[in-house]
Amino acid sequence: MDRGHYRILVGMAPGVGKTYRMLHEGHQAKEQRRDVVIGYLEPHDRPETAALAEGLEVVPRLRTAHGGLELEEMNVDAVIARAPQLALVDELAHTNATGMRHEKRYQDIDDLLAAGIDVISTVNVQHLESLNDAIFELTGVRVRETFPDRILDQADEVVLVDLSPEELQERLRAGKVYPRARAKVALENFFQHENLAALRELVLREVAEDVEARRQPAALEPFSKQAVGERILALIEPQPKSQRILRRAWRSAQRLNAEIDALWVRSNGHQPSEEEATQLAALQRLASILGIHFLEVEGADLVSTVRRVAGERGSTYIFVGTPDESRRREIFGGSLLSRMVRELPGLDIRVIADRAKREEEQ
Amino acid sequence: MSVLSFLRRRPVPEGGRRVLVPFTGGDLDPVVLDAAIRVARAEEATLVPAYLIVMPLEYRLDAPLRHEVEVAMPLLEAVEHAALRAGLPVDARVETGRTPTHALQRLWEAERFDRIVVPAPAGRSHGFTPKELQWILVHAPAETVILRPDPTLSEGLRLARTLDAA
Repeated sequence: MDRGHYRILVGMAPGVGKTYRMLHEGHQAKEQRRDVVIGYLEPHDRPETAALAEGLEVVPRLRTAHGGLELEEMNVDAVIARAPQLALVDELAHTNATGMRHEKRYQDIDDLLAAGIDVISTVNVQHLESLNDAIFELTGVRVRETFPDRILDQADEVVLVDLSPEELQERLRAGKVYPRARAKVALENFFQHENLAALRELVLREVAEDVEARRQPAALEPFSKQAVGERILALIEPQPKSQRILRRAWRSAQRLNAEIDALWVRSNGHQPSEEEATQLAALQRLASILGIHFLEVEGADLVSTVRRVAGERGSTYIFVGTPDESRRREIFGGSLLSRMVRELPGLDIRVIADRAKREEEQ
Repeated sequence: MSVLSFLRRRPVPEGGRRVLVPFTGGDLDPVVLDAAIRVARAEEATLVPAYLIVMPLEYRLDAPLRHEVEVAMPLLEAVEHAALRAGLPVDARVETGRTPTHALQRLWEAERFDRIVVPAPAGRSHGFTPKELQWILVHAPAETVILRPDPTLSEGLRLARTLDAA
């Protein structure tokens, strides 16, 4: 079964018209004789939104009690059983009530997509995990409901729903976003002009980067991918010195604006010892914190495995530690680095010195 | 420098001793670093400097935190360099947790350490608090030494000296 098509409507703040746009697109799809349902809609007590939802089939929600409150969540099973062509699901960053199928709504959406259902969803930029600190610094508000950046990366389309700060404030004053009493408080806090301007800049940049990231591979695949930007492949082993290789790769990546993959080529059939397993776990933790993709690949030959992985990942830059080779092996078998230079044409190779050896010699 | 020590005798492990020096909040006092290096050298141990990152609740524990990492990486490099200059094998770590002690617990649940050298607070705005030190003394899986940093050093000077030591 083909995976559903995922379209995300992203905005700078509540009230810019994401839900309205989602419903509008739902009606357009219905007019084109597509089978459309509302999986979940946050009406926010906005009459315009509620009116636009009329005429679209709504899959009944699941009701659950939590701490004396009655909560309603999307009924994922019911939507999948209904099997529409397109489901409209509002607020993908939402955290579900305890006991639901998943903790987060974007996980529910993933199930719909896996079931072959196309999804249009909505989100505000302040929920993006990587921007959480920046949002806090800009607005003083720590957003609790976040979603991973990969959700935007993996979506088929990310569409900006934009409104100028002045227009949004006008909508607030008119009571189109929140009831008037609440709107006044909102305008004095989160919806101040400076906050909205900063959020708008963030969302514009985010969507522009997303468009750029999509445009480049599409335009340049498969042959010119390397010309687009740097991608580092750091070769590691379950040894303490690999921590430094990752840190060095990360530092270079900051300057190059590059993605990093860390690769451990495990010899065929090799089972890591207890010590190696500990080192690997530590390297994986460091990789996670640094935002590095950790790859473990089995291979009989290091260089040919690196060549294959570098091709698959579009690597342009190899980081490798000083090989632990005996002089004898170098003379009779050829050095590993020579082989890498010879067999990885077009790739820059950087050898990270083993500082411990340098200190020993001084 | 006053020294508090809490000793829990454990058999000497095979595969080399490991001395853990956890730090957090953007600096490691040069006095503490120097003492940890001397302890590790005397015991022919590997020094494990570990930068502890406090992860806000809204993030996954392994989420990338750019700002924290930008502080941690140069500092870890500097500490590692200082240890290497002293001729010590180094095996640096970065660990995350909801609190510094949670990060520590995660670290020593994953790995073995034979001695732990912990900097005590010295009027600092960050780092281990007295309550955290108490927790460490109760829960540490190895001999633990708590060192009080030089109280006369300002935070900026302390950081500068740590980096100078490298």
